[in-house]
Amino acid sequence: MALLTALIAGLLFGIGLTLGGMLDPSKVIGFLNLFGVWDPSLAFVMGGGVIVNAIGFFCVKKKAYKPMFSEGFNLPSAKSIDKPLLIGSALFGIGWGIGGLCPGPAVASMFLNPSDGIGFFAFMVAGLVLGRVVARRMT
Amino acid sequence: MTIDFEHFTPLLSLTGGVLIGLAALFLMAMNGRVMGISNILGGITRLPLEKNDLPWRLAFVVGTIAGPFLVMIYTGTEIEIRPNAQGFGLMAAGLIVGLGSAIGSGCTSGHGICGLARFSPRSFAAVMTFIATAMITVFIIKVGF
Repeated sequence: MALLTALIAGLLFGIGLTLGGMLDPSKVIGFLNLFGVWDPSLAFVMGGGVIVNAIGFFCVKKKAYKPMFSEGFNLPSAKSIDKPLLIGSALFGIGWGIGGLCPGPAVASMFLNPSDGIGFFAFMVAGLVLGRVVARRMT
Repeated sequence: MTIDFEHFTPLLSLTGGVLIGLAALFLMAMNGRVMGISNILGGITRLPLEKNDLPWRLAFVVGTIAGPFLVMIYTGTEIEIRPNAQGFGLMAAGLIVGLGSAIGSGCTSGHGICGLARFSPRSFAAVMTFIATAMITVFIIKVGF
C-alpha cells in the first residue's frame, strides 16, 4: 500500500508540473526574467502548491494524526540557517537560471525530450552524489 | 518590467500548483514523507542501499515520469518543451542543480512547496536565495553574452 500511495503522489506531482507549465524550460525562464518581459505563471504554481499544502499540513498536525503507512512523520530536524543551506541554494538557483530545469521537471520530462533530458538528468544525479560529499566537508 | 500576457497562464498554473500541493499533502499523510524530489532521488543513489527505504522512492519517481504521459494521452496534445540551453551549457546546468540541491538540502519542491507550507525559516531563506540567484543568472545571460 505504501508503494501505491507513493506512486499516486508521484502521478499527481507529474501531472501538476505538466499543467503548471514547469516542464517547458522557456516558460520557467519567462518567470525568472523579472527584469525583462515577465511571465508570472510560476508564482501561481508555487502559490497554489504552498497554500493547499499549508492548510492540509495544519489540519494533519492539529489532529495528532499518524501517517497511514509509516510509524511517524519524517520531518527535517535542522533548524539553523547555515552556510551549506545558503551556498547550496545560491548554486541551485544559478543552475536553474541556466537550464530552466529544476529536479522535479527534470525527472518528469526526461523521456519526453530524451536527447536533452537524459543527459541533464545524469549530470544532475552526479551533482547530487558529489554534493553530498561536499556538504559533509562543509560541516 | 513588462508582463508577458501572451504566455501568462494563471488558471492552468494555479491548477497545476494545487495538484502539486495535493501530491505533497498525500505523501505526507500516507507515507509520512516530505515531497522533496532531490532528496527522494538522493536516497536512491545513496550507498549502501536500504532495502525498505528504496521502493517508495522508486514508486514516486515512476509516478512523476508517468504523469506527463497521462496528460498527453488525456488531452491528445504534445507537451511543449522549448530547451533553454544546449550541449555543454545544459550538462553544466544539470551538474550545478544537483550539487546545489544536495548541499542546500532541497530544491523547488522540498524547500519551495513543502518547507514554505510548514513555515520553515530555513526553507524561506533557501527559496529567497535560489530565486534571487536564478533571476540574476537569467538577467546576466539575457543582457550579457
